[in-house]
Amino acid sequence: MIKIVNLKKGFGRQEVLNGLNLKILNKELVAVIGRSGGGKSVLLKHLIGIVKPDHGKVLIEGVDITSVSGRELDRVREKFGVVFQEGALFDSLTVYENIAFPLREKTRLGRGEIEARVNDALEDVGLKEMGDKYPAEISGGMKRRVALARALITEPSIVLFDEPTTGLDPIISSSIHKLIKKTHRKYKFTGVIISHEIPEIFDVADKVAMLYNGTIIEFGTPEEFRNSENPYVRQFISGSLEGPIEAL
Amino acid sequence: MTLIEMTVCVRGIGERFLSLLKELGHMFIFLVNAVYTIFRPPFKFKMLLRQIRFMGSKSIVVILLTGSFTGMVLALQIYYTLRKFGSEAMLGPAVALSIIRELGPVLSALMVTGRAGSALTAEIGIMRITEQIDALTSMALNPVRYLVTPNIVAALIAFPLLTSIFDLIGIYGGYFVGVKLLGLSSGTYFSQMELFVSMEDIRVGLYKSLSFGVIVSWVCCYKGYFTSYGAEGVGKATTSAVVTSSVLILIWDYFLGSVLI
Repeated sequence: MIKIVNLKKGFGRQEVLNGLNLKILNKELVAVIGRSGGGKSVLLKHLIGIVKPDHGKVLIEGVDITSVSGRELDRVREKFGVVFQEGALFDSLTVYENIAFPLREKTRLGRGEIEARVNDALEDVGLKEMGDKYPAEISGGMKRRVALARALITEPSIVLFDEPTTGLDPIISSSIHKLIKKTHRKYKFTGVIISHEIPEIFDVADKVAMLYNGTIIEFGTPEEFRNSENPYVRQFISGSLEGPIEAL
Repeated sequence: MTLIEMTVCVRGIGERFLSLLKELGHMFIFLVNAVYTIFRPPFKFKMLLRQIRFMGSKSIVVILLTGSFTGMVLALQIYYTLRKFGSEAMLGPAVALSIIRELGPVLSALMVTGRAGSALTAEIGIMRITEQIDALTSMALNPVRYLVTPNIVAALIAFPLLTSIFDLIGIYGGYFVGVKLLGLSSGTYFSQMELFVSMEDIRVGLYKSLSFGVIVSWVCCYKGYFTSYGAEGVGKATTSAVVTSSVLILIWDYFLGSVLI
């Protein structure tokens, strides 16, 4: 379970997270939606301890990641797989090497076992023939698939997705969403997806949280979101310029 | 100047000084972290070899060019000065000592900074802005072990080697001008050099190149590692890495020179 308690973070005079509370149950796939620059990626970085909060706790399966360091912090991070915005694949490694990287560095598996697992992962994401390519030689959609395969290769219990479909066309976005759902069913991880893709994300997530002004203003199932009476939620989902959220 | 203006001015200087002090502390902790991981397994030999190759292949042509022309210019200028005192025979040791003790280590370090150092900052900076460094951190791996430590060790190996090549080419550049163009005898050029250049002089050059290796790899990795976001951030980090490394090389050269003279 992931539990975020009264999380506050500011950069200079700008308050990005302002007393945020959120509870994500095991094996739940939760989408966090909200305005661009609203602190969604900052929230995600708090979950893996890359950013330290000014105040509050982030409990990952009972351990407060904000108060641990060194080996203890590594042990918490080992529970995670992360799919970064543009994939964050290592430029100097091939697709195969990128996926094999966490296994080579973090486990004592033999070459044969690693090869079998990487080939399975490549097949899972539909990139069986692409192992020898470098990240610069593949498309944006393929990069996200490789990033997903790399995130899942160690079979983590929690997977974080930072805008996994940003910049992709609607068809590729749909295929990535479908892939996230498929892998979630297969690996049964707890997932957090940062996304702008509305309403598509409602078909992927079990629950949705809306971040506004540094706090979660609505949390519920996609159905509850669709029927929400909250004027902020209604305006955000409809993409309307009229409403309490100011269009900049 | 009014009292308020003076207060603002003094406060500005104070803030800048404190910010510089903070940055220096930050840089020092970064270096300590990198040095600490040198001695802690797992060792990244493959990455080390890749970085030695990276530094060598990026810098060798420019080292050969600057080395040969530095030796040639030095021979030309020193020959005309020595001729006024009738001491042309001292051309060999004068060229060799200037290059081995001073110009070889300093100019090599400046050239490697411009070629390999800037490329290193840009490479690490791009890894930062494309979240590759965050990806390493999220895998519970220490990015310093992969991106910084191999570069510092590679610099400790590559800098003395590149400096030695610079020294050799520089001495032969001086030989070409002194012997082939200005008519000094080949025997005089080398025998006097053998007489006046000691192992101590070579050791001084070696110490300098080793310390410059640490400075360049440290500064260039640091600037790339903490680059601000966007292409502009990487550009600024690269410029800052080259300027800071160059200034530190010259300052450190003076202090080390004073101690080792």
